[in-house]
Amino acid sequence: MGTTVLIVDDSKLARIVLGKTIAALQPDWTRVEAGNADEAITLLDAHSVDVAILDYNMPGRDGLALAEELRARYPAMPIAVATANVQDEIIARARAANATFIPKPVTEEGMRGFLSGAALRLKSNTQ
Amino acid sequence: MSVHVILLDELERDALTELVNIGVSRAAANLRKMVGEQVLLSVPSVEVVTREGAAILLRERESGELVAVRQDFEGVFSGRALLIFPKSNSMALVHAVTGGALSAEDAADMENEALAETGNVVLNSCLATMANMLQQPLTMSLPEVICGNGSTFFNMSPTTADDGGVVLFLYINFAINDRDIRGYIAMLMDLPSLQALKALIADFIERVVGDVV
Repeated sequence: MGTTVLIVDDSKLARIVLGKTIAALQPDWTRVEAGNADEAITLLDAHSVDVAILDYNMPGRDGLALAEELRARYPAMPIAVATANVQDEIIARARAANATFIPKPVTEEGMRGFLSGAALRLKSNTQ
Repeated sequence: MSVHVILLDELERDALTELVNIGVSRAAANLRKMVGEQVLLSVPSVEVVTREGAAILLRERESGELVAVRQDFEGVFSGRALLIFPKSNSMALVHAVTGGALSAEDAADMENEALAETGNVVLNSCLATMANMLQQPLTMSLPEVICGNGSTFFNMSPTTADDGGVVLFLYINFAINDRDIRGYIAMLMDLPSLQALKALIADFIERVVGDVV
């Protein structure tokens, strides 16, 4: 079965950039998008999602709150939080939720580690 | 003349919001180093309005005295950036930045310096991020602290008296260690500068999006 990655960002442009970066690194993955945390939850109820990449700064619940919620529902899902705000407290919260940091602006370089790690984890989970 | 000026399309406004969000997120990380406490800073929305429109937006939200840190910027697009706070919030900010280690008297003396430094970090992070991502250098003047209201802030044109100038008006959410500090960022530009900025944003979108849209 193919891999589906969920992109959550309130900025359409940021979703396009994330989608493009993922397409360059993992061309076989299916991408689904949401504009906020609530939309993401609705989408998760309807789709099966393997990997999630969340923007930190969003109206409503932020990306860390969503990461914590997703972690409770999906203990093994590879989750990343994208932000330019690299403060210790934010990194600590992401670590506690077992989520990876991706620096904004998003680049292939910044995404490569997370995506290849996620691909490996998914492979070993299905074996 | 209506308050809102429609010069940027939806994706351009989205791109600009994203740019300033990355800028203020960096500012938050830098302020964190200054204040030693968690700093939250985000920009939920950006509006392009006339100078009068900006003064009205500010007057509708803030009835008290305001204080602003201003810095002029110059490059392919030029103008004046302002970080605006209610005066009643400014001492809370000074306490946060100086770590509460000062007496009330010393803190009052330090007020302007602390505000200027905070403004410098926030405005520089925003403008530098925009300059880098739009691939055009900007030079910035030193920060200055001024008191007043929307009319005084937005009437001070860096170039000519009446250039039909516009204001990029950004609402910012700003919290230091759970203390909420309301604030605004305004960027005053004349029309040629806004056109130049619009063209750079379009190039930027083209660069990052390519043939997707």
